[in-house]
Amino acid sequence: MPVIEVNKLNKWYGDFHVLKDINQTVEKGEVLVICGPSGSGKSTFIRCVNRLEEYQKGEVLFNGQDIQAKSVNVNQLRADIGIVFQQFNLYPHLTVLKNITLAPLKVKKTPRNQAEENGLALLERVGIHDQAHKYPAELSGGQQQRVAIARALAMRPQVMLFDEPTSALDPEMINEVLNVMKDLAREGMTMLCVTHEMGFAREVADRVIFMDSGIIVEEAPPDVFFNNPKHDRTKAFLKEIL
Amino acid sequence: MHWDIVWQNFDYFLWGAFPQGPLGGLAASILLAALGIFGAFWLGLAAGLMRLSKRIWVQIPSIVYIEIIRGVPLLMLIFWFYFLAPVILGRRLPEFECALVALIVFTGAYIGEIVRAGVQSLPRGQMEAARGTGLSHAQAMTHIILPQALRNMIPSFVNQFVSLTKDTSLAYIIGVNELTKAATTVNNRTVVAPTEIFITIALLYFVVCYVLTSASRRMEKHLSRYQARGR
Ligand SMILES: Nc1ncnc2c1ncn2[C@@H]1O[C@H](COP(=O)(O)OP(=O)(O)OP(=O)(O)O)[C@@H](O)[C@H]1O
Ligand SMILES: [Mg+2]
Repeated sequence: MPVIEVNKLNKWYGDFHVLKDINQTVEKGEVLVICGPSGSGKSTFIRCVNRLEEYQKGEVLFNGQDIQAKSVNVNQLRADIGIVFQQFNLYPHLTVLKNITLAPLKVKKTPRNQAEENGLALLERVGIHDQAHKYPAELSGGQQQRVAIARALAMRPQVMLFDEPTSALDPEMINEVLNVMKDLAREGMTMLCVTHEMGFAREVADRVIFMDSGIIVEEAPPDVFFNNPKHDRTKAFLKEIL
Repeated sequence: MHWDIVWQNFDYFLWGAFPQGPLGGLAASILLAALGIFGAFWLGLAAGLMRLSKRIWVQIPSIVYIEIIRGVPLLMLIFWFYFLAPVILGRRLPEFECALVALIVFTGAYIGEIVRAGVQSLPRGQMEAARGTGLSHAQAMTHIILPQALRNMIPSFVNQFVSLTKDTSLAYIIGVNELTKAATTVNNRTVVAPTEIFITIALLYFVVCYVLTSASRRMEKHLSRYQARGR
């Protein structure tokens, strides 16, 4: 059974049809990269997967279960599907470690010492265990985004969503974040990444999809996508960003 | 000048006839202000959070409350509770309680607006990040949104609390035994020293409000660690 299955997903903001008949199947361990011009609906799409946005038509299945079904506990769903944002969105009033342990403590009721132990291990994994007791504002952008990744991982999610995680970073910090994401991909994490980092897509993506005006225009494995795109719109887009 | 009159009555200004008689003077004013601040904070927090609710029937009572109160002078409220309480409750409310309820209801509406604005001014990403890790709306509010919003609101809160403290003097109108009442009582009895008496009273109000503002400034500084450092 696929981890995520999206069938004929449609979403409107008022009259504005932002997602049009989106279909996608993501198997366990797959890495899906989503690209496309600004306003094409990439963020809206991945935010539908953890119900940060509600959709009006079609369905999103997580482990076979319709996520908008009444019986679904949305908090449990979000604990199982981590998300990382472009703007990091760390909690500025909490230390790095507390940013990470809050959800395990409150949602999973993990004992504090265990939550902190996990948190420190995760910080080690993203390469910043020495910053545990600092506040987010004291870290660089790249470090903050790695904390955000650790915060999502602390819930031991089955799927990770990334919404342009490197777009707000200075160029010299992009790689430290991409490397963490590549490690995750290699360790078998199921990932949906909105990103225009084509090196990342080439290296770890199983599939790349190109969205435009709420439609999935093209979908292909990375080598085909980059070397042999079928659609003119994809070609034009690739020419622009490469 | 008759500063000796002020001096002879100074303890009466500070705490009225206490401990032989009821608490009055500055002590009663401070008690009224402290209870008022406490009540107004919680009422305002509730009103502000209800105002932010997505559910219309939760919103409406708070909108009506806030809008009505903001268009009515505090003195009217004090009279309402004083004259209408017997009609509604069937018995007189003691003056102190009347004034206290009026102060709480009045200031609560302003605190409600401060809370609403403070919560709305936080970046949307904070709520999304919290919900995104599986926290419920209430958990996100308690652990992420309110701690940040309330810190940002401290200066506005203190403005309201200082106003409330000064407004306790209006309780004099319905005969509450507080600082302004103590001043007029002494003035009526002694007659010759109104200037001295009211200068003293003004100074006492000033000192209380000054202590309140400087305490808040210290608290703000203490709480702003996460904002001050870094970029
Ligand atoms: N809350 C909203 N209300 C109304 N319209 C919205 C809302 N959020 C997004 N939109 C619109 O929906 C469209 C898709 O937005 P979305 O954020 O998904 O695009 P995107 O592909 O992620 O773009 P970007 O690369 O700029 O992040 C845009 O035209 C946007 O203006
Ligand atoms: Mg986007």
